[in-house]
Amino acid sequence: MIDEELVRLLTPEGERVAHPEYQSTLSGEEIFGLYRDMVIIRRLCNESTSLQRQGQLALWAPVQGQEAAQIGAGRAMAPTDFSFPTYREHGIAWCRGIPPENMLRLFRAVSNGGWDPQKYRHSVPTIVLGNQALHAVGYAMGIQRDGAEEAAITFFGDGASSQGDTLEAFVWAASFNAPVVFFCQNNQWGISTPSSLQSKVPLYRRAEGFGFPGVRVDGNDVLAVYEVTKRALENARVGGGPTLIEAYTYRMGAHTTSDDPTRYRIDAEVEVWKHRDPVERVKALLVREYEIKSTAFDDVATEADAMALKLREDVLAMSRPDPITMFDNAYASEHPLVDEGRREMVELGISGGTH
Amino acid sequence: MSEEIFLLPDVGEGLVEAEIVTWKVKEGDVVTLNQPLVDIETAKATVELPSPYAGTVVKLHGSVGDVMEVHRPLITFEVGGDAGASASASPASAPPATPPASAPPAEEPATGAGREAVLVGYGVANEDGLATRTHRRKAATPVASASAPPVVRAPVTPGLSPRSTPPVRLYAKQHGIDLATLTGSGRDGLITRHDVEQALSPQPTARRETAPMTGPTTTSRFVGREIESWSTGPKEERIPVKGVLRSMSEAMVQSAFSAPHAAVWVRVDATRTVELLAGLKKHPNLANVRLSPLTIVALAFCDAARHFPGINSSFDSANGEVVVRRSVNLGIAADTPRGLIVPNIKGADELDLVGMATSLNVLVDKARSGTTTPNEMIGTTLTITNVGPFGVDAAMPILPPGTGAILAVGQIAKSPWVVDDEIVIRHVVELAMAFDHRQVDGALASRVLSHVGAFLGDPATAMIAG
Repeated sequence: MIDEELVRLLTPEGERVAHPEYQSTLSGEEIFGLYRDMVIIRRLCNESTSLQRQGQLALWAPVQGQEAAQIGAGRAMAPTDFSFPTYREHGIAWCRGIPPENMLRLFRAVSNGGWDPQKYRHSVPTIVLGNQALHAVGYAMGIQRDGAEEAAITFFGDGASSQGDTLEAFVWAASFNAPVVFFCQNNQWGISTPSSLQSKVPLYRRAEGFGFPGVRVDGNDVLAVYEVTKRALENARVGGGPTLIEAYTYRMGAHTTSDDPTRYRIDAEVEVWKHRDPVERVKALLVREYEIKSTAFDDVATEADAMALKLREDVLAMSRPDPITMFDNAYASEHPLVDEGRREMVELGISGGTH
Repeated sequence: MSEEIFLLPDVGEGLVEAEIVTWKVKEGDVVTLNQPLVDIETAKATVELPSPYAGTVVKLHGSVGDVMEVHRPLITFEVGGDAGASASASPASAPPATPPASAPPAEEPATGAGREAVLVGYGVANEDGLATRTHRRKAATPVASASAPPVVRAPVTPGLSPRSTPPVRLYAKQHGIDLATLTGSGRDGLITRHDVEQALSPQPTARRETAPMTGPTTTSRFVGREIESWSTGPKEERIPVKGVLRSMSEAMVQSAFSAPHAAVWVRVDATRTVELLAGLKKHPNLANVRLSPLTIVALAFCDAARHFPGINSSFDSANGEVVVRRSVNLGIAADTPRGLIVPNIKGADELDLVGMATSLNVLVDKARSGTTTPNEMIGTTLTITNVGPFGVDAAMPILPPGTGAILAVGQIAKSPWVVDDEIVIRHVVELAMAFDHRQVDGALASRVLSHVGAFLGDPATAMIAG
């Protein structure tokens, strides 16, 4: 249930609402920029799903429905902040400037990551549930020791909120007052487990027990997500410690392309969330308040289609690396287990073993 | 122009096959990039495959219901020379996206476990996984390494339980296999799942030297197909579960394990029904109408529903409601060349004798010729299964899912019957009705069946009574 403490600045109908603590600071141009980001991410996601269905990707984790949560948070980050994502954070990766084709390398199984984390200040996706929360806290403690005015932010879902790693990360962050933002996208489903089953209190209220503030924001309201995340990051940078943000949203599609959500949830629930679409409400605002013409929206759609076509070409053109290169960056230095892995790969005829 | 073959992709991390559910294109269609082509059902999900090409569909390599192998041709396209991005790379020729580690199981270790599909977040459920991995790791270690300490093998202490893994122990226990009777084929004599499976599989018996006893050599029908005779067919035959068989099996399992079935029986003197039919058949107005006892039974069942609407109900567990319907969609279990199907007559309660007879004729003809539409098979509220023509007296039927009752009608046969304390020969039929005991109780079911019986006992009067 959405409770009254939900921070919302834009209704599903695209009308502004006042909030006692948060006000939107964005200009019409900036809001249009967020709209463009969301449309492009949705298109990227659709094309990637098609590529998976055509046998070109091993897997894909759809982001439909969560565009506002990701774009709002991604655009709230400063260039010097560092993010620690799961494999669903395509919107964050986009905001960090990572080329779309690089986001798909992992899913095409031609790379262990796809980009240089230092260059984009965006870690490679963590697939093990909740691990990245610990990475983020460790990084944030490093920021403290550097005396830098930066923050770390980590993304995870309602399912990963039940993981020991995530909860340990909460303890460490609180104990050291680490400059970290825990950004939980509560998309209501941990694969087939409803979040209401895993969290007997609203997720954001867990923060109180660990000793730092928690905020629940309408995850389908990009304006609210932007402001809430921006304030949490600013607070972290100046020594204010961690914040848990629960972006209350919905995964419109499957958990991954290997999942069939119709087996565990009812259509009526999806229908309800369709009316809370994050993209449509911003479009309604832009039309009404800023009188943006339909041609401008058409241009964004055209741009998104062009991006999708280029993405397809880039993915199909990716060469297949020698499988043995998967060991290259497993450890910083040589390691006997890695050597054994290489040897086994050659013995099994998977690799020619030139590395 | 070039020809491109779209191979059935592995859409679910380690799947080996998928069934074609619906074709959304046909041969000759011009399609655009990402246009939906086909729905396929895998072990995990029913998914839609979008077109990897803009071009023309030249050939569909399978039909609805076919189970297709992954990485085998699904659709052949003709793609224009300048069809844009789609023509620049062919999925058929492009390297597979899947890493070789999960490539088709050409070199799969013969553990019998096969490939386990992995969904990120679910993990692998391979009971022998740990043992296998450890084994392979050890095997890869050079045995003759001079610096390596000699491997000291711990002797197996007599009296201790045989070495195995907990899942295999459970598996053996569940199947009544004593591990002590097995010799392990795994590392250091470890008993694997495969060993237990071996023990479970029937031992091959010596081949019969003499010719088998002469058995029937005629084929027969089973699950909607012609199967070979006892004499000529293989000792064991496996038939894929699909099409009508699949529908039947799924419907029956769904019903049997959700609706608690109970049943009532009655033997009825149907002499007057037989006499009525004989009389009506001579009537010129009914010359072109096929009349049978089933016609009267159908009228009787609908009449019972009108008197006791509760029987025409279903149990909606999702909403915690019982749905009573005041209109009968009368399902008729039909034995067709494709197998058992249950089309229904919509609004059967509104039909008179001629209307019911005609509707039954149309329904049966369509079922036999395979032209029953999907719409004619949904929404059944009550069902009749007529087992009489097969020469049996009664049956204990299973409800089609979401219906209140199913009536089985046995053969009408001459039988001794007591009339006015005299034994006379009458046409007797046995009726059995199974019902969903979640909402229908025995009293209601008994009243309904008695009503049907009384109708058959005196059909002319019952029809006038309305």
